[in-house]
Amino acid sequence: MNPFELTIGQARTELDNGNISSRELTISCLDRIKSVDKDICSFISVTEGEALKQADAADKQIAAGTTDPLCGIPFSMKDLLCTKGVKTTCGSKILENFVPPYDATVVEKLKNQGAVIVGKVAMDEFAMGSTSENCAFNVPRNPWKNGYVAGGSSGGSASSVAAMECLGSLGSDTGGSIRQPASLCGVVGMKPTYGRVSRYGLVAFASSLDQVGPLTRDVTDSAMMMNGIAGYDKRDSTSVKQALPDFTASLTKGLAGMKIGIPKEYFGEGLDGEVAEVVENGIQILRDSGAETVEVSLPHTDYCVAVYYLIASAEASSNLARYDGAVYGYRDQNAESLADMYRETRSKGFGDEVKRRILIGTYALSSGYYDAYYKKASQVRTLILNDFRKAYESCDLLISPVTPTPAWKYGAHAGDPLALYLSDILTISANLAGIPGISVPGGFSSAGLPIGIQLQGPHFREDTLLKAAFNLELGTGLANKCPEI
Amino acid sequence: MKITRKEVEHVANLARLNLTEEELIRMTGQLDSILSYVAKLDELDTTDVVPTTHVFSINNAFREDEMQESLPRDEALLNAPRDNGESFVVPKII
Repeated sequence: MNPFELTIGQARTELDNGNISSRELTISCLDRIKSVDKDICSFISVTEGEALKQADAADKQIAAGTTDPLCGIPFSMKDLLCTKGVKTTCGSKILENFVPPYDATVVEKLKNQGAVIVGKVAMDEFAMGSTSENCAFNVPRNPWKNGYVAGGSSGGSASSVAAMECLGSLGSDTGGSIRQPASLCGVVGMKPTYGRVSRYGLVAFASSLDQVGPLTRDVTDSAMMMNGIAGYDKRDSTSVKQALPDFTASLTKGLAGMKIGIPKEYFGEGLDGEVAEVVENGIQILRDSGAETVEVSLPHTDYCVAVYYLIASAEASSNLARYDGAVYGYRDQNAESLADMYRETRSKGFGDEVKRRILIGTYALSSGYYDAYYKKASQVRTLILNDFRKAYESCDLLISPVTPTPAWKYGAHAGDPLALYLSDILTISANLAGIPGISVPGGFSSAGLPIGIQLQGPHFREDTLLKAAFNLELGTGLANKCPEI
Repeated sequence: MKITRKEVEHVANLARLNLTEEELIRMTGQLDSILSYVAKLDELDTTDVVPTTHVFSINNAFREDEMQESLPRDEALLNAPRDNGESFVVPKII
């Protein structure tokens, strides 16, 4: 077995037993990147030198008896998490040469625990997209099948983990951007409760929806990474002071006493037959593990895409106002006036999808339209939140598909942004409600593409999610299942 | 039509974006179809529904007013598109 094939949990044992060093493990991943990334295209930057230094430091800490579970483990980071001294592009030309002078809190936390960062991975520009095709640099490929998208916006996180270029990755999820690529690439993707993980140093897309979370090759690794990144941060005033469980303690066999809700609206029109079959099988696995199932209703599901594209775009139009070419990022140096500098910089620096969302958001917030669009959407958001509150009165968590179909081919939605927006219908409401969700590999389509199963829980019940996800994984036998490349 | 070419021009101006003729035509069409889609929210009666702008109602998050280290000037200027060693340089404003 090559070291890069290990899960985080397995690597931990090997490192602690002295069977392998962090340097060997890191070199194994870096070699893997060299041999497969020309085809997979996960990485925007590979930080070989830094990674080897971190690995050597980790080896010293391990020799000295550190108990940090992530010490010496190689990770990739979505390229919108600020890394001190390492280019952070957000997949955008406007930040092509931006080198942050500080680390995001989650990056700092991982570094303090001795983790190794092998590089920064591709994503849709400013996390706006569902295929990573909106990346201004390289577009990651689905490691399971040539010509198919890895999903997005954390496409490079998912492809780098599935292609075994690293043992885990941090992504961000604003409307499904962790869970959807995890599902399309056959890995585990967790979107924590809003406020569970610090957003400090996560370049903002939609501040009331964004959340950082892990992509891993099994559920145990997801719990281990959650332990490493969760917690209140005084530098993020929206992070929540909430007791932190040991997430790995939830990984026990058997679901007796657990009630799983099946939201009927998630199994409606447009759901691919093979996806439905995989989720049905997942429901049966949970039943066989001792859980009870109950049908529930989320009556406003059909409105979530509309609400999302108004709220997310409104917040984005405000957040992205900062890219003006004045103090960092790309600037059009030919502009003669300040106003022209703003316009030329933004027009040349932003890609098509980002411009579209800025326009929608600016419109929804503009004088005369605020009540009809932004306020209306925020009111319907309340109704969506209430749907979940009501559903959780009769169950502990919800099971559903992650996406209506398995991965699709590049360019499938070219020129029709709305069609692509609608593919996010099953993941968006978790962000609007701030609840946690996880995507767990459930099976494969006849074409050999992975299909994930989504579990969503009440606020701060990542432990329940992980417990059910762990049992689901035991039933499918798909832990650490990776493609031949 | 939910949005006209003129309104897209107005919004682009507010957002400090220059759109080419091709972009303007394409964006007007795409924004129109997106806004026509989101109009489905009008099916819902939301009188008296309190808007949610934030899932958890965190009020002002205060901290002690203490001196803290700030970013040194040379580091702050490292990403400057143009600087004079002391400050950011932009085109003449006045």
